[in-house]
Amino acid sequence: MKAYLTRRYRIAASHRLHNDEFSAERNRETYGKCNNPHGHGHNYGIEVTVSGEVNRQTGMVCNLGDLDECVNREIVERFDHENLNDTPEFAGIVPTTENLAEVVFNILKRSFTAAHLEKVRIEETANNSFEYAGGADALRTR
Amino acid sequence: MVFLTRKSEFSASHYYHNPDFTPEENRRVFGKCSNLNGHGHNYTLEVTVKGDVDPKTGFVIDLKELKDILNREVLDALDHRHLNKEVPEFALQIPTTENIAIAIWQRLQPKLNVARLHRVRLYEMPDLFVDYYGE
Repeated sequence: MKAYLTRRYRIAASHRLHNDEFSAERNRETYGKCNNPHGHGHNYGIEVTVSGEVNRQTGMVCNLGDLDECVNREIVERFDHENLNDTPEFAGIVPTTENLAEVVFNILKRSFTAAHLEKVRIEETANNSFEYAGGADALRTR
Repeated sequence: MVFLTRKSEFSASHYYHNPDFTPEENRRVFGKCSNLNGHGHNYTLEVTVKGDVDPKTGFVIDLKELKDILNREVLDALDHRHLNKEVPEFALQIPTTENIAIAIWQRLQPKLNVARLHRVRLYEMPDLFVDYYGE
C-alpha cells in the first residue's frame, strides 16, 4: 500500500530579486520592491513529500529520522540564516521561490534515496506558495 | 466532479514496537516512539470525498451523513483511545501515521455510497502528515 508522507521544515533567509541582464528600470518593473538593493527576508516553510510502499516491518514509508537528518543537513544548514543570492546554488540564478523550490527538489533528489521524492512545496509567506515536482525544464535565470 | 473535504480532530496514544525486532532494533528504528509506556498526539484528519453535484440538493454528499459515518466509524473508535491496545487493526500492525491513515480509509470506504472516497490526510502534528489514496 502506497502512502505519501509530508514533513515541514522552516528556514529564514534573505534574497534580492535582480537579473544582471536587465536594465535597472526593467529590474524595478519586473521585481518591484523585491529588487531593493539590500534585499529582504522571509520565513520560508518547506514541505517535502515522499512516497512509497508502507514497509510491513516498520509501518513506515521511510524512517522520519533519516529524512530529518538529510533535509536538515542538505537544506536547513545550507540555507537557514543565509542570503540566498550569496550561496553557490544561486550563482547566476535569481532566487525566486520558484527557483528555490527547484533547487531544493534537485538537491534532495540526489541526496535522499530511502523513498521516492514526490514534491517540494515552499511557502514564502502565508499567502504565496510554490510547488515543484521535478520535470524536464532546466533551471534558468529569470 | 467536485471534491469535498471534512476536517476533524481526535487525540490518541500509541507506541511503536515490532515484536520481531530486538530491543536495540526497536530503539534504533523507532527512537523515542518505542517507549512502551506510550505517548500521545492531537491528530487532525481531513477526509476528501468526490462525486457529481446532485442537481436537486446541490450536494456532493449530505454533510450530516458524512459526519455521522466519520463519527461512528472513525472518531468513536480512535478518539481518546490507546491505539495499540484498543483498536483491533493495531493489535498486529504498528500504529504509525501511515497505517492509521490506511485503517481510516478501510473503515470509511465501504460505508460511502453516494460520493467516493478520494483521500485521507492525517496530521500527526502540524509539521507531519500522511496522504493515502487507496493505492
